[in-house]
Amino acid sequence: MDLFEYQGKQYFARYDIAVSAGGVALTVDEAVKQAELAQYPVVIKAQVQVGGRGKAGGIKLANNAEEVRMHATNILGMEIKGHVVKRIWVEHASDIAEEYYASFTLDRSAKRHLLMLSAQGGVEIEQVAVTDPTAIVKLYVNPIEGLSLETARRAVVDARISQKAIDGVAAMLVKLYECFKKGDCDLAEINPLILKPNGEVHALDAKVTLDDNAAFRHPEWDEYRATEELDEREKLAREKNLQYIGLDGTVGIIANGAGLAMSTLDVVNQVGGKAANFLDIGGGANAELMTAALEVINSDTKVKSIFINIFGGITRGDEVAKGIVEAMKRVKLRAPIVIRLDGTNAIEGRAIIANAGIDESQLMSRSTMLEAARVAVDLARKN
Amino acid sequence: MAIFVNENTKVLVQGLTGGQGRFHGLRNRDYGTQVVAGVTPGKAGQDVEGIPIYDSVDAAVAATQATASFIAVPPKAAPAAILEAARAGIGFIVCITEGVPAQDEARVFATLQRDFPKTRLLGPNCPGIISPGKCNIGITAGEIAALPTKTGPNVGIVSRSGTLTYQALYELKQLNIGVSTCVGIGGDPVPGTSFVDCLAEFQSDPETHAIIMIGEIGGTAEEEAAEFITNHVTKPMSAYIAGVTAPAGKKMGHAGAIVSGGKGTAQGKMDALRNAGVMIGLNPTEACELMSQIVLAL
Repeated sequence: MDLFEYQGKQYFARYDIAVSAGGVALTVDEAVKQAELAQYPVVIKAQVQVGGRGKAGGIKLANNAEEVRMHATNILGMEIKGHVVKRIWVEHASDIAEEYYASFTLDRSAKRHLLMLSAQGGVEIEQVAVTDPTAIVKLYVNPIEGLSLETARRAVVDARISQKAIDGVAAMLVKLYECFKKGDCDLAEINPLILKPNGEVHALDAKVTLDDNAAFRHPEWDEYRATEELDEREKLAREKNLQYIGLDGTVGIIANGAGLAMSTLDVVNQVGGKAANFLDIGGGANAELMTAALEVINSDTKVKSIFINIFGGITRGDEVAKGIVEAMKRVKLRAPIVIRLDGTNAIEGRAIIANAGIDESQLMSRSTMLEAARVAVDLARKN
Repeated sequence: MAIFVNENTKVLVQGLTGGQGRFHGLRNRDYGTQVVAGVTPGKAGQDVEGIPIYDSVDAAVAATQATASFIAVPPKAAPAAILEAARAGIGFIVCITEGVPAQDEARVFATLQRDFPKTRLLGPNCPGIISPGKCNIGITAGEIAALPTKTGPNVGIVSRSGTLTYQALYELKQLNIGVSTCVGIGGDPVPGTSFVDCLAEFQSDPETHAIIMIGEIGGTAEEEAAEFITNHVTKPMSAYIAGVTAPAGKKMGHAGAIVSGGKGTAQGKMDALRNAGVMIGLNPTEACELMSQIVLAL
């Protein structure tokens, strides 16, 4: 789950990482209130989960209530790269002496935590990585050893960060690492990490991605979930606990396992069709889950045919078949289903489908993935 | 021969009394796997259809000389279960648990590396491993796997995706191609066993004559495999990478973009493997048909 900047800053604050005084606002009046609390001058920042806010006019400085009103009015409702601004963050404007970059992530190939640190922050760090890769210090951290202040300090020196900022940045890195690790982040990034003229080191931005698998030990994440921006189909899928991504084709897809679901998209594409979605019903799919999946697909009016591609492992073919038959009793499906069923209890599953008394034009079984894809794409074209 | 597990492997199941552990543990036994014990704290003395339950992995190993563990416990309990098995001297651990936090996986992997270097972990979030006719640990339906032939040629399978692993097994069976071992390494951020680990084993396994690899978009595991293949694998290979048409996945911010350095796309992975001499199929069926051609030429 990606956090908004203000949520990231609130999360940072839990780990004692210095951020600017500020508050979130959904209306112009609220923005003025937050500005008074934070004290002028303030910066008004659009809260969207996409880069390039500044260039789009989504970040403005305000010196008084009138300016806050003007900028808040402009920014609220603004569209930035397809994202509509629903919230703004109002914080006390910081004096900036220098700007750095710092992040922690997991390096999958090294199987270690990775610190990236640069004295050239604030700008597009990808550009720095391309034009001047030596300007980014990379430090691998063993998860069971952790990051000591001494090691952090060495990285800061290696990054050629100003003498006067070394202690502050090193201390900040240790805190950011705590946040990354104990806070179960996939990514904890500060860009820019600033040095103020008075020598304080401070997070001016926050980019945090949380590991959804760790939600069970973070009840504090519930409030973040409430602000997630999903389309209607994705919301319904989330409620039903399904892995769903909406696309713009006409063949509805249900498969078990992310790999098979991706492969199903590939095959539909190869035979000339376009998938309406990615939907992985996961392991252990049962009748209830299949019903939920069909309800989600059925809510998408673009869907002209449905391709259910199941290879049983944990998922049992008989359960899947029962789910389809049950769902077709409960929901009036707007599109016919083509199913390909193999693996655990597939024979039992196929028998359930064959004996369900459902018309072959509404529910048909095919023996291979390619054949089923062809039929589904054909149906989508005709319907 | 086969890799990692064979007819002598004695398996205990951590979580045998739970729904999934019971279902798949018993299916593994029905397949002919030596499932010798179950472990559930507080349930020692009970049994699951004749398989004795012990309180700890230590006790189960002492009583049964189990050499491998099949872990089917919830995500919260999985990290401790893996380390308990390693501490008890288990050499091969299969963890099918889906949903283990990445921070836990990284910690467990680093702990195994430091304290239990002889223990191999497969997973978490993997379908398991099958050496057809000898041993099946995990959730693979054994009947879809073709037995290896004495004279060969036999194929080894390594895959990052669960269901695509079954797909490959099934397709090879339709094509009458024997399988030495099929390993599902799982798609989590820190898998205990990598493509490279499996490729090295297949390369030195006399019963494996060719290898199929199934990857997916994201990460750099396939690119690393391609490099290893170039330098160390002489056996012929075919591969499929899922996700050519998949929507762009989770963005990892600037940090992710830098780490991957443009790697991670299906096209990039296919190119890397092609350059390493691997034949690429555009879907699982095609990859297996290519393997059929490879096998006929051997």
